[in-house]
Amino acid sequence: MKEPNKIPDNEITDPAFYFSRRTFIRTGIAAATVVATGLVYRQLNPVAKGTVNTPLIKGLVTNPAVAAADATGFRVAEPETSLQDITHYNNFYEFSTDKEGVAPAATGFNTNGWQVSVEGLARKPKVFDLDELLKISPPEERIYRMRCVEGWSMVVPWAGFSLSKLLDAVEPLSDAKYVAFETLLDPKRMPGQRSDVLNWPYVEGLRMDEAMHPLTLLASGLYGRALPPQDGAPVRLVIPWKYGFKGIKSIVKIKLVAAQPRTTWSEYAPNEYGFYANVNPQVDHPRWSQATEQRIGESGRRPTLMFNGYEEQMGHLYAGLDLRKNF
Amino acid sequence: MPAMKENDIRFIKLLILVNGLVPLALLVRDQAHNRLGANPQNFLILTTGMMTLVFLVLTMAVTPLRKLTGWNWLIQFRRMLGLYAFFYGCLHFLCFFSLDRGFSVSSTLTEMVKRKYLIVGSIALLVMVPLAITSTNGMIKRLGGKRWRALHRLAYLAAIAGVIHYYMQVKADVRQPLGFAGVLAILLGYRLVVYWRQPKPAKVLAHGRGE
Repeated sequence: MKEPNKIPDNEITDPAFYFSRRTFIRTGIAAATVVATGLVYRQLNPVAKGTVNTPLIKGLVTNPAVAAADATGFRVAEPETSLQDITHYNNFYEFSTDKEGVAPAATGFNTNGWQVSVEGLARKPKVFDLDELLKISPPEERIYRMRCVEGWSMVVPWAGFSLSKLLDAVEPLSDAKYVAFETLLDPKRMPGQRSDVLNWPYVEGLRMDEAMHPLTLLASGLYGRALPPQDGAPVRLVIPWKYGFKGIKSIVKIKLVAAQPRTTWSEYAPNEYGFYANVNPQVDHPRWSQATEQRIGESGRRPTLMFNGYEEQMGHLYAGLDLRKNF
Repeated sequence: MPAMKENDIRFIKLLILVNGLVPLALLVRDQAHNRLGANPQNFLILTTGMMTLVFLVLTMAVTPLRKLTGWNWLIQFRRMLGLYAFFYGCLHFLCFFSLDRGFSVSSTLTEMVKRKYLIVGSIALLVMVPLAITSTNGMIKRLGGKRWRALHRLAYLAAIAGVIHYYMQVKADVRQPLGFAGVLAILLGYRLVVYWRQPKPAKVLAHGRGE
């Protein structure tokens, strides 16, 4: 008869082995939790990667008749921000409110059949097909500072021509005092428009003299390539002496009007964002300072320049205007 | 899981300790490989702030979880979670002081006095200082449980101020700060409900009318 409770000596786990086995399992558990935590972190903070392969712009005038570093302000003599940073750090709420999330959300944005309607107080209003619009004037490379109202800045080599060339083509009437701009409204193609973070479509506006100034650029490219979707494809505005949000993207409508048009951000928070939005280190945003800026790619902050360094070109437009009230 | 062995508690504490360092380790690693994106300064400030809020919320979640599940051993992990909130809060301030203010004490102070969101954020961090100092067993004994608990209710203030500090800086998309606020409201609301439901013996008896 067998003794039921008797376990043979050789089947009893050696205590040393038992503890090492437990240590082994626990090390495994610890490692697994660390990996899981790391994966969650990575999911929430993906590393930006991506390339830009929009078509090269043909016939880009990289060395315009005016000499470099001249009084036009067309080509600022500061190091250009990298293409990677310009195309992966974007404020474009139509796609995402996360600056690093815009590029992935805008991938594949379809601009086929794009049209821009230029209408309102003009002798020859017209709906332009994109090709037609881009043929109005040869694309020039313009190297501008770009200062975001949030306190960071870049230097961007844009491609495009002065907005005035387009406006001249439709022959504005004398009672046209302002120009109103509108972004595409299509929540199917612009997923950010499915939530009402802002009042869609995005609208912007300029005074006529601002719109007609040669620095005001209708941009269709950067770094010699067509604009990637995240930077406002296929056409956008660039107004280098104003905060970045004035540079409306993916434009479908331009209207010449008599009265100051409504603008998205000034409507959203009138005490924080004005119609003018000229870069001004002396007038702080109600919540944060505008005295300095983080230039993307640099380590320390640099002082912000009056009119973003375009005072010489732009200052006279605002002579006599109280810039504190008209921020 | 009614009771836990001392040995298991120690192991779970180790897990929390190690996992709490994972975000910091990845931040350092990404920084070393230049992978923090276009604006690494801003990313470091934002992420350390976010981790502070995450740990504050986790700390606040311990008591409700413990009461709902009856797992009293959960309380043993609260100190470490709270200290992690303080740790990331200090890193958050250091990032702001160094990367945003260039180690300038005067510019840090003028900016902190001028900006409401910085005042609120400073309150959140300063409130955590006495809590961290009195987090040791020795201090709990010295203060006595009742006084210690009263002092540590300041953690609610730290969490609320922290979330407001975040909310105040957002330009338009307030979904994330509101998410934190929502979770915090549930955790603090739970405490209020428990407090109201508690019978208040002395008063009830004194004013109670027998029929």
